[in-house]
Amino acid sequence: MPNLVPVIIKSPNLISMKKFISVCIILTVLYACGNQNGTVSNSSVTDENKTEGGNPSYDPNRGEGKFKSVEVSGKLDDVMAESGNKVYSVKCSSCHKTTEEKLVGPGWKGVTSKYSAPWIMNFITNTDEMITKDPRVQAQLEICLVRMPNQNLTDTDARQLYEFMRKNDGVK
Amino acid sequence: MQKTKYNTIAMASFALLLGMLSCKPKNAGNAVSADAAAKAYVAPGKYDEYYNFVSGGFSGQMAVYGLPSGRLLRVIPAFSVDPEKGYGYSEETKPMLNTSHGFVPWDDLHHPEMSQTNGEIDGRWVFGNANNTPRVARIDLTTFRTTEIIELPNSAGNHSSPFITENTEYVVAGTRFSVPPDNVNGDVPINTYKQNFKGTISFISVDKADGKMDIAFQIQCPGVNFDLSHAGKGKSHGWFFFSCYNTEQSNTLLEVNASQNDKDFIMAVNWKKAEEYLKAGKGRKQSVKYASNRYDEKTHTATSTIKTEVIVLDSKELKDICYMIPCPKSPHGCDIDPTGEYIVGSGKLAALIPVFSFDKMIKAIAAKDYIGDYQGIPVIKYESALYGEVKKPGLGPLHTEFDGKGNAYTSFFVSSEVVKWNIKDLKVLDRASTYYSVGHLCIPGGDSKKPSPKYLIAYNKITKDRFLPTGPELAQSAQLYDISGDKMQLILDFPTIGEPHYAQAVQADVIRKNSLKFYKLEENANKYVSKGEGTTKVVREGNKVHVYMTAIRSHFSPDNIEGIKLGDEVYFHVTNLEQDWDTPHGFAVKGAVNAELLIMPGETQTLKWVPERIGMFPMYCTDFCSALHQEMQGYVRVSPAGSNVPLTFSLGTNLPKAGPEVKK
Repeated sequence: MPNLVPVIIKSPNLISMKKFISVCIILTVLYACGNQNGTVSNSSVTDENKTEGGNPSYDPNRGEGKFKSVEVSGKLDDVMAESGNKVYSVKCSSCHKTTEEKLVGPGWKGVTSKYSAPWIMNFITNTDEMITKDPRVQAQLEICLVRMPNQNLTDTDARQLYEFMRKNDGVK
Repeated sequence: MQKTKYNTIAMASFALLLGMLSCKPKNAGNAVSADAAAKAYVAPGKYDEYYNFVSGGFSGQMAVYGLPSGRLLRVIPAFSVDPEKGYGYSEETKPMLNTSHGFVPWDDLHHPEMSQTNGEIDGRWVFGNANNTPRVARIDLTTFRTTEIIELPNSAGNHSSPFITENTEYVVAGTRFSVPPDNVNGDVPINTYKQNFKGTISFISVDKADGKMDIAFQIQCPGVNFDLSHAGKGKSHGWFFFSCYNTEQSNTLLEVNASQNDKDFIMAVNWKKAEEYLKAGKGRKQSVKYASNRYDEKTHTATSTIKTEVIVLDSKELKDICYMIPCPKSPHGCDIDPTGEYIVGSGKLAALIPVFSFDKMIKAIAAKDYIGDYQGIPVIKYESALYGEVKKPGLGPLHTEFDGKGNAYTSFFVSSEVVKWNIKDLKVLDRASTYYSVGHLCIPGGDSKKPSPKYLIAYNKITKDRFLPTGPELAQSAQLYDISGDKMQLILDFPTIGEPHYAQAVQADVIRKNSLKFYKLEENANKYVSKGEGTTKVVREGNKVHVYMTAIRSHFSPDNIEGIKLGDEVYFHVTNLEQDWDTPHGFAVKGAVNAELLIMPGETQTLKWVPERIGMFPMYCTDFCSALHQEMQGYVRVSPAGSNVPLTFSLGTNLPKAGPEVKK
């Protein structure tokens, strides 16, 4: 079971030392190079402040992609979740279990409490960019070593999958 | 350094030598100049400006190069099996190579021709001809795959093909060998050529929407050799022109016997008229056998249908379809300029290039300005159709392309050169040496209404000392010339696959934007698709075992199969579950007397395997797919016939006694 690195957001102007910023830039460049090969060196993802400093526009809570906010009701939409289950079985189940067990990628149990709805939907539709930019995905990649493929989900697919994940996490 | 020096000296002396041989002296500008490398240079990561589709000749395939870099981008299997891609080996693609003779694994592709709309290349399809067992292939330029192959009855050696009309209404196919028609007994003495042999040209219709080909009609012509052809365009749209040789009708030692006549012919065919006759029911139905093979992009499966009838129009009875224009000495190229007015014949044994005028030809036909007939086909008086002759252009003219600026470029095989000349005044403007013995030429869009005359490529038959030696067999070569200025400038040599004959090129944008990235899983209608690992299974039907398998980075499901018995035929139906660009998986199993599968994302392909011994057979992914590619493997256990090992399949289930170190 992979540990997810907690995200601490600090405002970059609190640490506005010139030297520190240049270190950040260098680290970010190294970091980007590492991504090309699908592997990342250990030193590059340990400090969220550095990552954020080098990439201030990235919002680690929302991720990056077309979903800014997602309307989620307190109750489960069963029909949507069932459609999501179908998408899961064709495009996701080869690598993800619905339990906590890691297969190729991490198990899905608890995923909706660890990540926001926009983050999840952005990640599954804008995969390559998120792998490049997101510190938690970076950490995950070090564990799995397989870059998650972009399965070319439609917006509807993504939303349905999210509902299926909610169901899997016990939402009634 | 030494080599560069040697090459420069060799080139310079060769240029000098050719300069002395040809009528017009060469200047130093013909040698490779210093800026040549910069002109052909495409920086790493940058795209080429043009796609170049080059015939693979006796490889049977079509190669795709980028220009100006000359980088090989892809080899598209067309008429020959390609184990690298599983083409002709997978169950889905085997029917593509079916013919009335059965499965034919090889052919000889000579001429690519791209589809056109309004006389301009539209980037939808590229056609290719099979010169041995007569066929035409259609390659889809969204997938860069051969999507259809049609066989041609009453034909032998489909050389004069697959040239098209300006809206791709038809693809033509003129037989190089005349033969007795398929519906009569061909068991006749060979030296009855004159009585029994016929030359057939086929008009293959192309569906506007989906490109599907059918033989619309054939025209039975006298027994001669049809060599090349091109459609009229603009004002001459509605006509097709075919070069003919062996009008002597010789059946032996053609080298001598087919070179007797001072003039052979360019046959002008009024295909609009032929359409009228067809509509009026003037054709006769003839029973034949030919294969029509189509690949379905949704089922990822080819189907071969044997068709049994064609409609034949007789050129002798239906007087105003065909006309012969005398053309000096065994014409090869038969090329129409972008305006549609000028028809350039390249008599390969002639010392001049005749240029015919479409307008004059029409007038001559109206005035019945004939000098007689050839086996019932009127022969127009040479001078009455002639616009003029290019005098002493070089030796052995073969083929002409156009720049759309009033100039023509003709290749000369014997004198190894490209000659640029002006169509209006028929004056030679420039010469450039080729290394060596050039066949066809290509200017992007050079046989369309709208050429893009930045480059010219010469496709050479002989390479000799141009590249590092590789034993007796050498790569053939293409040479790229910058033709943006008044003088042609050689800027690059690049080796080709098989033998390059004709080629076509087009601005990259015409094709690039339509390129498919993957097949959508939702649309996969293969009979044996597995949509998700949950649907994978192994099913026995008698001695046939169907393995419904999936591939994703980086495992197969299932990856352990037991209960296969000697005498079984195993079909691995592998679905690639990836849905992203450039994520193919391969599949191979030990001992298969077959090739691999290369399965594109979202696609299902099937490998047939008949194990011939008992034991353990590994299978694995052949196309490096991820960091754990080397883990993408599995086992198939083969037991003796009659064994009672049950048929089982699994993924991720190690048996309890697998070993003490296995813990979860």
